Amino acid sequence: MKRIDCPEIGPRPIDEFTYGGEVRRPPQADADTAALADYVFNRAGAPGVLREWWHHDPSGRWFVLERDTRTDTVLRSIPITEVAHAVPTR
Amino acid sequence: MPCRRAETGPREWIDRGRTLRFTFEGRSYEGHPGDTITSALLANGVSLLGRSFKYHRPRGAFSLANHDVNALFCTPQDTHIRGDVTPLVEGMDVRPVNVRGGLDNDRDRHLDRLGRFMPVGFYYKAFHRPKALFPYWERAIRKRAGLGRVDLDWTPDRRAKRHAHCDALVVGAGPTGLTAALDLADNGCSVVLVDENPHPGASFDYAHAGDETALAHRDALIASVHAHPAITLHTRAVALGHYADHLVPIATPDGIIKVRARGVLLATGVIEQPAVFHNNDRPGVMLASGAQRLLHRFGVAACRRAIMVVANGEGYAAALDLHAAGIEIAAIADMGTPKSQIPAARLLAAGIPVHRDHAVHAAHGESAVEAATLAPVGADGHCDLARAHRVPCDGIFMSVGWAPAGQLLYQAGGRLRYDDTLAMPVPESWPDTVVPAGRLNGVFDLDCQYEDARDAAARLRAALAGEPVPAVADHRDRVSHGAAWPIVAHAQSRNFVDLDEDIQLKDLEQAAREGFDNIELLKRFSTVGMGPSQGKHANQNAIRILARIRDQGIDATGTTTARPMFHPVRLEDLAGRRLRPTRRSPLHDAHAELGARFMDAGAWLRPAWYGAAGERAEAIAAEVRAVREAVGLIDVSTLGKIEVVGPDAARLLEAAYTLRAADLSVGAGRYALMVDESGVVVDDGLIARLGPEHFFVTASSGHAAATRRELTREAAIGAFEAWVVDRTSQLGSITIAGPRSRDLLAPLTDVDLDRKAFKGGIRTGHVCGQPARVLRAAFVDRVGFEVHADVAATRLIWARLMDDGAALGVRAFGVEAQRVLRLEMGHIIVGQDTDGLTDPFEAAMAGAVHFDKPVFIGRGALALLAERTQRRLVAFTLPADADTPLPRESHLVIEDGEIAGRVTSIAHSPTLGHAIGFAMVDTALADSERALTLRVDDGVLVRATRAATPFVARRGKRAQPESRS
Repeated sequence: MKRIDCPEIGPRPIDEFTYGGEVRRPPQADADTAALADYVFNRAGAPGVLREWWHHDPSGRWFVLERDTRTDTVLRSIPITEVAHAVPTR
Repeated sequence: MPCRRAETGPREWIDRGRTLRFTFEGRSYEGHPGDTITSALLANGVSLLGRSFKYHRPRGAFSLANHDVNALFCTPQDTHIRGDVTPLVEGMDVRPVNVRGGLDNDRDRHLDRLGRFMPVGFYYKAFHRPKALFPYWERAIRKRAGLGRVDLDWTPDRRAKRHAHCDALVVGAGPTGLTAALDLADNGCSVVLVDENPHPGASFDYAHAGDETALAHRDALIASVHAHPAITLHTRAVALGHYADHLVPIATPDGIIKVRARGVLLATGVIEQPAVFHNNDRPGVMLASGAQRLLHRFGVAACRRAIMVVANGEGYAAALDLHAAGIEIAAIADMGTPKSQIPAARLLAAGIPVHRDHAVHAAHGESAVEAATLAPVGADGHCDLARAHRVPCDGIFMSVGWAPAGQLLYQAGGRLRYDDTLAMPVPESWPDTVVPAGRLNGVFDLDCQYEDARDAAARLRAALAGEPVPAVADHRDRVSHGAAWPIVAHAQSRNFVDLDEDIQLKDLEQAAREGFDNIELLKRFSTVGMGPSQGKHANQNAIRILARIRDQGIDATGTTTARPMFHPVRLEDLAGRRLRPTRRSPLHDAHAELGARFMDAGAWLRPAWYGAAGERAEAIAAEVRAVREAVGLIDVSTLGKIEVVGPDAARLLEAAYTLRAADLSVGAGRYALMVDESGVVVDDGLIARLGPEHFFVTASSGHAAATRRELTREAAIGAFEAWVVDRTSQLGSITIAGPRSRDLLAPLTDVDLDRKAFKGGIRTGHVCGQPARVLRAAFVDRVGFEVHADVAATRLIWARLMDDGAALGVRAFGVEAQRVLRLEMGHIIVGQDTDGLTDPFEAAMAGAVHFDKPVFIGRGALALLAERTQRRLVAFTLPADADTPLPRESHLVIEDGEIAGRVTSIAHSPTLGHAIGFAMVDTALADSERALTLRVDDGVLVRATRAATPFVARRGKRAQPESRS
């Protein structure tokens, strides 16, 4: 993939983006050590449709893009609110 | 012997009206503009152009199509010049490569007779025993290996990479490519058309040179292409490879053009394949298409009397073509051309004898062809030598089959299958947007090529328009265009399959016998196809040979991977021009006036120190002393400066950093650490509160963009109502440090600098009448202030501080002094004293981790790591009078003979008069109070005493917040 066909800002060269990894939900604060280690160190790496963070550097925007890693094509853009989760404060 | 013909060809490339002079091996020759090095040498009767890689056998011209890797040349400036395609230049000083003492008397030519002692795989099997002799052999082999010599005084010519965008890229400007480009452009596509030759036309110019109708059509096509506003034509332009999203880099004489197309039409044609027979590498043995190129493009007759070995109609067409040009065709050995393709009447009229089911069994002659042995041949490639006859000749032309130039198609995801009728691979499947056409697609008839081009263009247009793609109309030829087995055995071998690497038929047979009978293994063991032409003349026959050994089909045997680049490309072109911005501080000119020595710090240029070139150590020591004894100024504009604003600003910072932020009062600040999810320190800085919903955050130089990025993402994830603004480039920053810093700054600002009123944190006010923020900073000295203001104000403030500070002994200091000063203060630098695995506990910064908040990035990992620290940063000093060498960063800490850590920072402290440093050591050693043993270069061991930080004596209470640059 040399170009990201971003559904929101159109096709842009991939060098304008910084990859931010797969969208993953951190384990609960009381999760056990194994679950935490799994979250921190393990990635599936299996081909398929992934939701990934892509930062568009010139515009300073994050996108969550659904990408099929088998065909290396961007399928759609997900509103970030869909992947947001409340962060407890106290 | 080759020679230039008197008659001018109708489409020839050379300009006979002008003459170029050049030398080869010191002898003077003449050529014409439009000549290549090879064509000019052949025109002068020089046919011995090079020596082969391994056996140093005499070699000459072969294809004239950018595959002649045995006719590589060098000039005093350049090497690996491909003579068959490189234009001749006035005054060129051309020399051969891979010879010692001239081509004729190459001192390594005897290697050819030693060939039987150098079987395939010989390098792997010999030379490594006895082990002690290996260095000797290595030197000897290295001296012989390789072809040219690199000029180390080479002047780089770094051309910028250019970019092009189009609807359709058409590769190849022959009958198919020209037709397809016009069709696409006429239907509204923007088209880039590229061809590796200096002129469009491709096979028109040599394969159809006698066909007036074809040439008239050629001229019309080229004129239309030139005139068409939607077509951009690049000649001498090689499509190097097909990458994702139809990115095709094009190598041109002016550097690389990165073409991003929506679709690609490949009209790359075919590569003529050689016959394999004894001495098939002698100068004078050529591909028939090579002889035609030579004749029609450069007006050079490759020889006077030729033998031809053919297996297709193209071979007969070439024979008649060359005959018409005055080359005597002494005989044609036919290896199985379909009868319908043999123009018997015309051959009879021309008086050319044809020997059906014959092969050339051997070529004769020492350094040029003098005769050929023709013999009846069976399907197994064995000749009936009882019926052989010898024919004197000075050239042998081969037309026994083709291989598709399918490399780009393969890279784009296309598949090829071997077509038994055509005796060559043909495309089987391809993406809708990368379409093959023409001879690449197995279409040999000229009129069919036009049809195939229009058909392919229509399918590409439909794909680009998102419409259903029409079915493929089959224009492929239905007669054979090559021999299924163009390979002739010979008792004395020297029947080369790969001319690049001197691989003979028996070498491949032996490699297979030794178990390397998979195509990928065969390639790597024998090196077939691994030379400069990447098997363009070798792979197809190598696959045939292996298929026959394994008794399986060609497709079952498989093929090796055709990776980019299609042709070799200059490294300077791949590098392009360095387009990396250099960031300069707003105070850059002021530093230059002060005699700053600049260094690269990420993208930034920063003063390393100030002073004369030879006085580095003295200057740094003086800068350090000025800060410790009076006052110093350092430009820290490179510091990342981020503002976080909004109702959730405090919550965002608490989520992103390890410290509490919500409890900071307005004006207060705190040292801040950022870790990743595994608890590794990624950045540090200062968080200071400007208002209830407004924070000022600093980040390491070079890390500002990443920190802003992570904060922004964290805001999105947490759905925080907070905005993150990177102000790094808008604000300049100056640190004023040292015991007199308050005296210097106080008269210039309305901020109360009193030590009781301003213990730490941030104040908003004015400096030199300019709006500014003032922070307490203790990174380089106990007393210090950081002033942030817009860039124009920063210049003004710097000038005023330097002027007013003169009486106080102010001195500007650079990054080098800063590193010493912070070390004396016992402060770490993230990325120097920490590495990609260091957590805050190892960095001795447990105090910066606030577990009394429920969630922040890395909290889970840190909670576990707090109990399991395996190494820790410790401080050490070296005795002042030590006569041992000063250790350096990354030197090892040794404990009981084992590695127990490494030095992360070390410097001579001008303040203390001895060396001080940090080392990251195993916890057991850190917990003990034992001295450290450091191993410096050459295994010398140095003892270092443990120390407490700060290294410099406290002069009162330590200031709390600090920020660093």
